[in-house]
Amino acid sequence: MSEENDETKASDEQQEMEETVISPEKSEEAKLKARYPNLGAKPGGSDFLRKRLQKGGQKYFDSGDYNMAKAKMKNKQLPSAPAEKTEITGGHIPTPQDLPHRKTSMVTSKLAG
Amino acid sequence: MAAPGGDMQWCFSQVKGAIDDDVAEADIISTVEFNHTGELLATGDKGGRVVIFQQEIENKSLPQFRSEYNVYSTFQSHEPEFDYLKSLEIEEKINKIRWLPQKNAAQFLLSTNDKTIKLWKISERDKRPDGYNLKEDDGRYKDPNSITSLRVPVLIPMDLMVEASPRRVFANAHTYHINSVSVNSDHETYLSADDLRVNLWHLEITDRSFNIVDIKPANMEELTEVITAAEFHPHQCNTFVYSSSKGIIRLCDMRESALCDRHTKLFEEPEDPSNRSFFSEIISSISDVKFSHSGRYMMTRDYLSVKIWDLNMENRPVETYQVHEYLRSKLCSLYENDCIFDKFECCWNGNDSVVMTGSYNNFFRMFDRSQRRDVMLEASRENSKPMQVLKPRKVCAGGKRKKDEISVDSLDFNKKILHTAWHPQDNIIAVATTNNLYIFQDKVN
Repeated sequence: MSEENDETKASDEQQEMEETVISPEKSEEAKLKARYPNLGAKPGGSDFLRKRLQKGGQKYFDSGDYNMAKAKMKNKQLPSAPAEKTEITGGHIPTPQDLPHRKTSMVTSKLAG
Repeated sequence: MAAPGGDMQWCFSQVKGAIDDDVAEADIISTVEFNHTGELLATGDKGGRVVIFQQEIENKSLPQFRSEYNVYSTFQSHEPEFDYLKSLEIEEKINKIRWLPQKNAAQFLLSTNDKTIKLWKISERDKRPDGYNLKEDDGRYKDPNSITSLRVPVLIPMDLMVEASPRRVFANAHTYHINSVSVNSDHETYLSADDLRVNLWHLEITDRSFNIVDIKPANMEELTEVITAAEFHPHQCNTFVYSSSKGIIRLCDMRESALCDRHTKLFEEPEDPSNRSFFSEIISSISDVKFSHSGRYMMTRDYLSVKIWDLNMENRPVETYQVHEYLRSKLCSLYENDCIFDKFECCWNGNDSVVMTGSYNNFFRMFDRSQRRDVMLEASRENSKPMQVLKPRKVCAGGKRKKDEISVDSLDFNKKILHTAWHPQDNIIAVATTNNLYIFQDKVN
């Protein structure tokens, strides 16, 4: 059974019907390819795996900016606990108070409650 | 399995965790493990915490004794970290907990997050010293001039205190994310595996680790396969296996060479090339591998099935069980919502006759190998009256839905049971839903 083809839509549909009869997996594949025509033929490719290796993704941190901001903060009065944890965007230099920290005091697991 | 006369009838025993539906990320259970006697049951969560339950056995001589698991100890195992060099967050989520066999009064376990493995000692303290000469009862030091007589301090009983302390920290040995730890049968060494490497450690030595498997290609563009799980053989201290994202299991013998890149045995089921689809490789990725207690077999879990392999036969599994075949016609949407990448674990019962694994909608499956029967059960608050027998569940793939059946389109894919554990001797099981831990036991235990 051919994977990629440039046939007309009519014969694509016919093939899909045939595939439904033969294998649910193949018909699911056809569905996916219809939705995402740019999808590469090889799902287990290295791009895919490399993305998996990185898991959370990189968070960019500039120590120079951070230290300068920290120095600036020393001159100002330190704010009391921030009202909300805002998303760190490009325009904002993270300070220790802003970083989404877990509470320092241990929060007991609800399984132990 | 629901029939009387020797078959198992599973009943609700306990449920731990919050009832509310609003689940905090930190409360997501990420690992469940009984210790070697089954007396202790440990859970790890996304918040880096470990909770250990202890079985309190009521009258065991009674035919229907109810064993209750109550909180024994809880501690913060891992904290979130930030790798400044690579600008990567290191999650505190506990990926695996493995117990060490008990050698003395204390209990030891290994817990790991993505990068660091820790050895924790859990010890009991039920006595405290009393009657110091130089200290008051509240700890303040006495004026030495006020002391006129000497006494011998004694140990007096106190309320039981369970303390957890980190005894070893095994850090900086993994560039990629740790997915497995496994204690060797020699009780001295253990392995840890990440996506591309497997390392061997000695429990006493934290500043050194031997790399025994390295599948990192010289050019990362050529990467086609990653390690998904690894485990030591239960009796042969020289043997271990590791599974891959391509559905292959490699068995290695450490006596052959220092670097076990060349496998001793390779287990792979041949695939019919005409059946190959876009999803084939993804669903063949092995999410868990577990040796049987006997050491003769091993079980692998891929997205849709559980396979039992005889270590003496590499070319195909001896048994294959479909966990949720009805999902095969839903692969497109499961790929879109990422569920196709969910990593289900599996486990054996004490005598290797039954295997268990989780599914969606808080369903879990048991396959009885000897009786060739299987059952699907549900972990839910609705079925949590004390000793309530669990009713078998059935999913209707399509067409006419019978009474009591649930349609595949009604399944809740956010309710996944990824982690289950079976007591090493008795028919007691621990099943983790997203944030609750259910304990079930066989009625005729």
